[in-house]
Amino acid sequence: MDTEAEPPRPGSRLAAGQVIDGFRLDEHLHQGGMANLWAVTRLGSDDPMPLIMKVPRIKGGEDPTSIVGFEVEQMILPSLTGTHVPKFIAKGDFTGQPFIVMERLSGDSLRKRFDDAPLPVDEVVRTGALVATALHELHRQHVVHLDVKPSNIMFRKAADGTRTEAVLVDFGLSRHDFLPDLLDEEFELPMGTGPYMSPEQVQFIRNDPRSDLFALGVLLYHLLTGERPFGAPTSVRGLRQRLYQDPLPPLAWRPDCPPWLQELVLRCLEVQPDKRHQSAAQLAFELQNPDQVVLTERAQRRARSGRVQTLRRWFAALGAEPAERGNAAAQAARSPILLAAVDVANAEPALLESVRDTVQRLLHTEPGARLACLAVLKINRIGMDELVDKDGGSKHVSLLVQLKHWARPLVQDLEETRPEQAGRVTFHVLEAPDAAGAIVEYARKNQVDHIVMGARSSGGLRRYLGSVSAEVVAQSDCTVTVVRSLLRSTS
Amino acid sequence: MKLALITDLHANREAVEAVLAHAQSQGCGQHVFLGDYVGYGADPGWVVDCLQAHLADGAVAVLGNHDAAAVQGPQPTMVPDAREVVAWTHQQLSLSQLDFLSKLPVSARDGDRLYVHANAYAPTAWGYVTARLDAVRSMHATDARLTFCGHVHEPLLFHLSSTGKVGDFTPVPGVPIPLSPQRQWLVIPGSAGQPRDGNPAACYATFDTVSGDLTYHRVPYDHEAASAKVVAAGLPQRIAQRLIDGH
Repeated sequence: MDTEAEPPRPGSRLAAGQVIDGFRLDEHLHQGGMANLWAVTRLGSDDPMPLIMKVPRIKGGEDPTSIVGFEVEQMILPSLTGTHVPKFIAKGDFTGQPFIVMERLSGDSLRKRFDDAPLPVDEVVRTGALVATALHELHRQHVVHLDVKPSNIMFRKAADGTRTEAVLVDFGLSRHDFLPDLLDEEFELPMGTGPYMSPEQVQFIRNDPRSDLFALGVLLYHLLTGERPFGAPTSVRGLRQRLYQDPLPPLAWRPDCPPWLQELVLRCLEVQPDKRHQSAAQLAFELQNPDQVVLTERAQRRARSGRVQTLRRWFAALGAEPAERGNAAAQAARSPILLAAVDVANAEPALLESVRDTVQRLLHTEPGARLACLAVLKINRIGMDELVDKDGGSKHVSLLVQLKHWARPLVQDLEETRPEQAGRVTFHVLEAPDAAGAIVEYARKNQVDHIVMGARSSGGLRRYLGSVSAEVVAQSDCTVTVVRSLLRSTS
Repeated sequence: MKLALITDLHANREAVEAVLAHAQSQGCGQHVFLGDYVGYGADPGWVVDCLQAHLADGAVAVLGNHDAAAVQGPQPTMVPDAREVVAWTHQQLSLSQLDFLSKLPVSARDGDRLYVHANAYAPTAWGYVTARLDAVRSMHATDARLTFCGHVHEPLLFHLSSTGKVGDFTPVPGVPIPLSPQRQWLVIPGSAGQPRDGNPAACYATFDTVSGDLTYHRVPYDHEAASAKVVAAGLPQRIAQRLIDGH
């Protein structure tokens, strides 16, 4: 990082100490291809948030790419909220000095870690889950980033101080479902960064959030293997190669790559968006639950497809027009994560049945949904717990068996009607002293859209266990359906 | 200041009342009316009086083709439905109301904003801006950065970059769109009194002159009552049905 007070660069009139619209330029931090970054202070403000000013570089006359990209970012960034984007502060337009002032994130972008690739598997997985989580938040706000790459990913500590969160920056190529796409008609070349551009971006489709999953797949592939799956093409012809030539599987570069991780990375890199994960949350979920990844032929690959297969794809790609797709938030909403929190060990059969019926109805109305079934094994807050019962069986395993048994009719029904969805049912037993807290935390971490659980019924112990649902309703961020049993219990 | 941009009111009292109430709730400080106050609907007199009251209060209004026709009276070149409506409307309006309409300007300019009913290139030939080429023609014909027009009943937004690239956009109601100062924009708020995009709710838009945010709105109103009044007035059934269908 350049720490000297920078003299004005050629073509730039700015200098440290100068004040623009109430912001004092303190230090020139970075000169990129499209913009200069300055650390700035808002005069007369005592807000401690460090700020950065982005000033577009206007190269030799009017350069449409940097001007329109800057217009796009000025339009989209103010509409974004949450911790996965830098906070927008102010903007100035081209009638005066164009700029955007936003929160300055400390630390480096992910770009720095790329020099050390291949990285340890667990770091690749952790990074992937953080970025996928951030992307899902963005997609939920109706925005597709369309330029996911290491230098556009930063990190910050979450408000609770324990977790790290990924922060996406640079929305100059992004597309908002509800705002005009200023880039749509602007350029005759595909827009994006060569190595990361999805096949549909190469074909000028700019509204599919699954394009960001492709870019994330490229990024994970690179972190995992130290290689780029599709090289760094600079021509349209080179870019189009990814429409028919599949990448060398990560296992060919790196024998210690777990097959499940190869499965996920290659799924991200599918040419057809329909074959990728249908939402970033679903990818984040699998990265955090590797034992739940359904392995396909992708996990077994050791080499590229043969020439015949490639040739066949090449023919298919000739003149192929990608289908029109929906929008970012609709795609994310069509693929919700549903959590059934089931007290399989204690709840009454009638209630368990009602919960299952409710889940089934929801699955029928949401064909893209993925179902996670969860049971909580209560453990004491202090001290070691006896997790082996009197007969020597593991309580954990026993609960898992009961959970799977409970879900059997659901899975069977899906296998008959929608086999693909059946493969997306997963089972989890959490060990925690506080069931409600564990369910809420799990839902938050996995970006669950909808929790279904049973309500309190009668009886002393039930009353205690039943209060779990009230707590989950109060604490969770997502929709919660609390199911009551209509069949009166006979006990 | 926040402007309320209201166009193609078409003698629809119920729709206009709902839109004005909504604009008030949005804190609009000025009303801009983009023409076609009469024609089709059952309350031309009420709408014209309402417009006059707003003008006295600082509003801006420009002339629409239906207003010009109502002043002129029916012409042999009009299609039968239109001829019937124009004749009826002409009868409903008093001489002073007709005189008021006849004196409305064809366009009005306020800083970098142009208000005109149909387009900027030939305002009284009443050509429609329905596609990018029409929009470019209109934006080329004015140095105003923002053109607000009506005539077309569906809400639409066009933009033209400094490099001559044009885009169009179907707005989403209630979402503020920051109109970048780097390009020209042509804003069609959509018809308040006779929406035609399949949604019977009244259209209008607000524009914040400080932030540069444009927001399209849809305001539900008692379109069944408005439709019933059209029938009761003896106007063509088809016109009444349009308010129900939003087509």
